[in-house]
Amino acid sequence: MHIIDRRLNPRGKSLENRQRFLRRAKEAVQQAVRRSLQSRSIRDVLDGGEVSLPIGGMGEPSFRRAEGGITDHVLPGNRAFVEGDIIPRPPGQGAGRPKEAGQGDGEDGFRFVLTREEFLSVFLDDLELPELAKRRLSETEEMSPVRAGYSISGSPSNLSIDRTTRLAMMRRIALKRPKPAEIEALQRQIEESEDDEARLALEAELKSLTDRIRRIPYVDPLDVRYRRFDNEPKPVAKAVMFCLMDVSGSMSEHMKDLAKRFYLLLYLFLSQRYEKVEIVFIRHTEKAEEVDEETFFYGQATGGTLVSSALVAMRSIIAARFDPTEWNIYAAQASDGDNSYRDEAPTGHLLRHEILPLCQYFAYIEVDEEGGDSLASNSPLWRLYESIRSSSATLAMRKVCRKNEIFPVFHDLFQKRSTPTKAVP
Amino acid sequence: MTQAAMQKNRLLFDGADWDFTTLQRIHDACEEIAIGELGLDVYPNQIEVITAEQMLDAYSSTGMPLFYRHWSFGKHFAHHEAFYRRGMRDLAYEIVINSSPCISYLMEENTATMQTLVIAHAAFGHNHFFKNNYLFKLWTDAEGILDYLDFAKGYIARCEERYGETAVERTLDAAHALMSHGVHRYAGKTRLDLRQEEKRQLERRAHEEQMFNDLWRTVPTGRKRDAADVDFERRRAALGLPQDNLLYFLEKSSPRLQPWQREILRIVRHVAQYFHPQRQTKVMNEGTATYVHYQIMERLHDRGQISDGNYFEFLKSHTNVVFQPTYDDRRFSGFNPYAIGFAMMQDIERIVTKPTDEDREWFPDIAGRGDPMQVLRGIWADYRDESFISQFLSPHLIRKWRLFQLYDDPQMSEGILVSAIHDERGYKRVRRQLAREYDIGWTDPRIDIIDVDLAGDRRLLLQHRAPNDWVLEDSETRQVLQHLADLWGYDVMLQEIDSSETVVKEHSAHPREILQKGDLFA
Repeated sequence: MHIIDRRLNPRGKSLENRQRFLRRAKEAVQQAVRRSLQSRSIRDVLDGGEVSLPIGGMGEPSFRRAEGGITDHVLPGNRAFVEGDIIPRPPGQGAGRPKEAGQGDGEDGFRFVLTREEFLSVFLDDLELPELAKRRLSETEEMSPVRAGYSISGSPSNLSIDRTTRLAMMRRIALKRPKPAEIEALQRQIEESEDDEARLALEAELKSLTDRIRRIPYVDPLDVRYRRFDNEPKPVAKAVMFCLMDVSGSMSEHMKDLAKRFYLLLYLFLSQRYEKVEIVFIRHTEKAEEVDEETFFYGQATGGTLVSSALVAMRSIIAARFDPTEWNIYAAQASDGDNSYRDEAPTGHLLRHEILPLCQYFAYIEVDEEGGDSLASNSPLWRLYESIRSSSATLAMRKVCRKNEIFPVFHDLFQKRSTPTKAVP
Repeated sequence: MTQAAMQKNRLLFDGADWDFTTLQRIHDACEEIAIGELGLDVYPNQIEVITAEQMLDAYSSTGMPLFYRHWSFGKHFAHHEAFYRRGMRDLAYEIVINSSPCISYLMEENTATMQTLVIAHAAFGHNHFFKNNYLFKLWTDAEGILDYLDFAKGYIARCEERYGETAVERTLDAAHALMSHGVHRYAGKTRLDLRQEEKRQLERRAHEEQMFNDLWRTVPTGRKRDAADVDFERRRAALGLPQDNLLYFLEKSSPRLQPWQREILRIVRHVAQYFHPQRQTKVMNEGTATYVHYQIMERLHDRGQISDGNYFEFLKSHTNVVFQPTYDDRRFSGFNPYAIGFAMMQDIERIVTKPTDEDREWFPDIAGRGDPMQVLRGIWADYRDESFISQFLSPHLIRKWRLFQLYDDPQMSEGILVSAIHDERGYKRVRRQLAREYDIGWTDPRIDIIDVDLAGDRRLLLQHRAPNDWVLEDSETRQVLQHLADLWGYDVMLQEIDSSETVVKEHSAHPREILQKGDLFA
């Protein structure tokens, strides 16, 4: 008998099959991921986790009998029946066979767990964060060593053995250093040779060879190479994301839901790129306040609408907590587009001169009722932002009225492109 | 030395921990009983200790240690893993492979008692069954299977390199869909020799390469002999029709497949054939293994090689394994093959050793024969589930389990009829019906290729016999038929006929031309 310990075998034997499966199920997985995002809180979105896939396209069909027809069954545990009894069928179950053996875990609601990486890569696909590398930390610069070729000096721990031996070998070949085998052969010849004269000649040759070996060392200090490292400054790995939302009476639940999805995407996206992402929720009516997530999405508030109040709040929070030299600042604003007329000038001024210069990116989405006509006349806020947009590339704006538009809009806003296009609804 | 210390020395292990010497000791002790006392005949054992992840791996590739790559295995892995992670299902304690040497996988988390149970169950119970049961002897080649799978894996990987992953995947998809109908149900002339398979393939390729001459391609081919004169019967005979092994037929006769595609069909067919006996012997296989482990564990305990505490641990898992809920229990999901198998083996032991008058009347051949192991070994060798149940399910057991039979005719609006119960009138009927439920010839849809329109559009005609109005599930049948059409390369049609020979339903499919690319040598 043999006992074999297989526990140390390389893991992930089925990884290849899993990847093939995911590739095959790509579309379904993407939909499932989007669906599962709806029920998550913004911060949980990164956990990866279970998604449920419809079976279509991934089924493994086989010839199978349909339900129905005349069936006979043997069952255990008869208590009261005698032959000839008739058991009424359970209501709602037409021509019912009793529950079949082995059909317990049908794969109809096929559920499985995606790892965090799989989840995110499905989700983020080919998005690119705009102007990501722009801002670097100037004063408290963090350095990280990166490989930068080889040098002739360095610390012993950085000795590059393969490079050193390669150079040594090159040199030995170039200078024709005798090989040990040659010397051995010569020595053998000397031992075997009878003729004195010939032996003397051979010995002289041997001597010249051994001298040569002594002169040409196996490894010369010239050959030694060290791995070289350069210090590179690391980009700031911190980002803060401001969620601004109008919560006045005109914003319906549906609109808030749309906004939530958008924030969710943005958070997900940022946390992919930055080590640390903070979220600040600012809701506003006539006045703005910073709130927690729960209150932000579900809290009640009434009042008019002054967009500038939110921008003022954002500015003061930045000044107090998020130094723009240390933080990458992103903002996402959701609104139904209402703003009081007297507020237009201060909003425009704040945005153009104070907020936008601080931000990496400012996304504005205008939400509307489901079925709302997004091409209808532009709202006051939209017109205002559009005028600002023409002079600033960091502002992006879109209109959304249905759930399924969120992802494409997000995609549009952050897709890989360098030149800003004109805002289209 | 005190008695307690002496007893301690005889113990195979103490507590739950084990190491490889313990495993060896356990195996040797089990072997002594299995071979010496129970008279089992087994393949050499190979025991492999694996982790939970590796167990999941094994699950998803149908338990085999190596297998070709296909997305469906990834899907099964994900599926099992999801269940396992949520704690909804435990993994099996072991997996055993019908090969020589017989490989048993043991989970590393098992306690020493569980390892003993598992070694007794798999390495001796299943192992004996694999080696001795006539179906396995006839249809499987334990010595060749691992080499063959290695060849299959390599071959399919090479095909992927040469013809692209997509083309191979499509062929495999189609072949998998027909897998359940890719087995020979009746023994043919030659026994399968898997070790020859790789050689055969290599030889054929060498031959092709040798014979290859590009000139042949340029020779104009005239119209073949008019096929109209080949009459129906001769045509059927030439193509070996009717044929119920769909994959075999396609491999041999499909006009448009590439040689490598035929080889893939052949691989899938061999794998299906290898598992065919297991599908027909679930109850017997598990019953045998459970009976064997119970015997071994009991004897180990009697000899003092297992402590009382560990024996209780064993009994707890044993009773879990052989638990059979009644039909009205929430946990009921059909018969538990372990339970029914074990109960029948024990019942046979009872009949052989302590028969009642009733047993003598029902089982004159074995009642009171005195040596249960001899009788059981004979039964394990010569029966499959269906014949086993129809021969050996005793009235005693039918009463004990209170079996009853339901007759469910959708036309009967009053309800479901109780057509037999555990009484004198019902024993035979209950037994016959239960045996039938384990007859895959009866439970699997029976589909035959009956004709090919060679003279006309080469349409393939199939027939499904649908007794008791058992028609095929619509959408899946359409998908399978689509795969079949893709492999065949021309139209296919499936007729469903009921017992009065009338066609109740027809399905048909056109090929999608996705499997044929270069038609050059087709």
